[in-house]
Amino acid sequence: MNTTIMLFLVQDGITNGAIYALLGLALVLVFAVTRVILIPQGEFVTYGALTYATLAAGQMPGTAKLALALGIGAFAFDLFVARKALHGRLIVRSALTNIVLPAIVLALTVYFAAQKPPVAVSIALSLVIVAMIGLYLYRVAFQPLAHTSVLVLLIASVGVHLALQGLGLLFFGAEGQRGPAVLSGAFTAGSLRFTGQSLTVYGITIAFIVALWLFFGLTLYGKALRATAVNRLGARLVGIRTTLSGQIAFLLASVIGALSGIMIVPITTLYYDSGFLIGLKGFVAAIIGGLVSYPLTAAAALVVGLVEAFSSFYASNYKEVIVFMLLIPVLLLRSLAAPAVEEEKD
Amino acid sequence: MSALLSVTDAHVAYGKVEAVRSVSLEVGANQIVTIVGANGAGKTTLLSAIMGILPLKGRVTFAGHDLARLDIEDRVAMGLGLVPEHRELFVTMNVEDNLELGAFRIERSKAKASMERVYTLFPRLKERRKQFAGTLSGGEQQMLAMGRALMGEPKLLMLDEPSLGLAPIIVADIFRIVTELRASGVSVLLVEQNAQAALKIADQAYVMELGEFVLSGKASDIAANERVAASYLGFQHEGESVI
Repeated sequence: MNTTIMLFLVQDGITNGAIYALLGLALVLVFAVTRVILIPQGEFVTYGALTYATLAAGQMPGTAKLALALGIGAFAFDLFVARKALHGRLIVRSALTNIVLPAIVLALTVYFAAQKPPVAVSIALSLVIVAMIGLYLYRVAFQPLAHTSVLVLLIASVGVHLALQGLGLLFFGAEGQRGPAVLSGAFTAGSLRFTGQSLTVYGITIAFIVALWLFFGLTLYGKALRATAVNRLGARLVGIRTTLSGQIAFLLASVIGALSGIMIVPITTLYYDSGFLIGLKGFVAAIIGGLVSYPLTAAAALVVGLVEAFSSFYASNYKEVIVFMLLIPVLLLRSLAAPAVEEEKD
Repeated sequence: MSALLSVTDAHVAYGKVEAVRSVSLEVGANQIVTIVGANGAGKTTLLSAIMGILPLKGRVTFAGHDLARLDIEDRVAMGLGLVPEHRELFVTMNVEDNLELGAFRIERSKAKASMERVYTLFPRLKERRKQFAGTLSGGEQQMLAMGRALMGEPKLLMLDEPSLGLAPIIVADIFRIVTELRASGVSVLLVEQNAQAALKIADQAYVMELGEFVLSGKASDIAANERVAASYLGFQHEGESVI
């Protein structure tokens, strides 16, 4: 192997690793706050990517309708839970966030889809649509189960994944799609060629990680989210609603997923079911980070990206096997480091 | 004058086991009320149920409102605060962040002044403000837990075994602060195994045994009660048998 190939693989690995890092961070965040192992993270990726590609092609994405349908479901849940103490403000607020908002976005989507919107509009619409899907999914599928065990939440998570994947096939068809590059053009530095798109991936990933860091470190809501992750009862005792933290976590996770999808769909052809494998690699990174450590997860994600790039060069048939094999020594080490197995208490 | 907190005929059960049976109590404004009793009497269970952590059968009103349908978070917003036995601090966050979150339901503009008040009550916390809560000593953690609850500007603060496992000098400090709270207009419902210290500062007292209140009255009367003296205060009146 010469240096050019090696540098190329490193570049490729870092680009993918950056995406896995974002997804891994989202998984860690959602698990820490809600104890949900977010299998549908990959669907947020494909939904974001394919909504963007569909809009860019001047077609109407079905996800906008799904958002409205889930919103109506969320509204119904809100009413049902508050049925004994219904008051006007609660109904209006719930209707605004769960029905009016997705209805407006649906109308905008119909309007713009007909006239091949500019890239920025497609991105904004795709992000908002997937963010709403994430938010309402939490309300409909996970909030009612918030008090149950990790296992029950995991089963719900698998169910949501399967449902979203099936709906994905319905919305986007079995054909793969590619979207337009966010930043076109390219330049070469030495023997390396940087495309505008790969620079976009680096830039957005770094910006997002910095933004998350600021959010968690400096803002009251960011701190409240961390507090919920550290001590759920403690958080409730200072008045932080677990449901609020859950909503923010799912909102962030779905935006991160959609953004990742939008960043990679100009580079790779994505299918309705491609998200699962991409999400799973973020999951490998999250597991290496023990589902708690953000820096470890980000570092592990880069390793996953690099291992993937090199193994696709040397043994492309086995590239997934090699990536997932990374887990075995990590799990082995972790199990040796923590010999006592505690039963889950709640 | 109606009581700030009023509990009427409360029952709390873990599955089929009733840990608290038919308990009624009142806490007035500017009062320290203590519940004393042996380990396992149901004191912690009762506080948890008043806070909404455990389901309670019976009636609980706070500042004139029925709490039946309110979540923990709503009760906090109404001015009910609990410092639980295990403190439930945010151990991987620093002291200042813990305190800031204590004021989550309070207007931002007021939080700054609240923090200064807490630092005046607990100067030690100010020295440690950038330290992780998990690295504090037991006494400091107790102070932080109380400080965090005070950041929410409670009308009534419920303290669950604040002296547990702490050195006597720190216990004295914490009890002194409890009396200062009363002077500043915060009522306190204090659950303690250290009955002697609790009865000394309290206005009213309840004695709990096996999930029921067996005695109640002015704290000074309870402290003088022979049975209480024998069972909880660790001494016996001369010539009298225990029980």
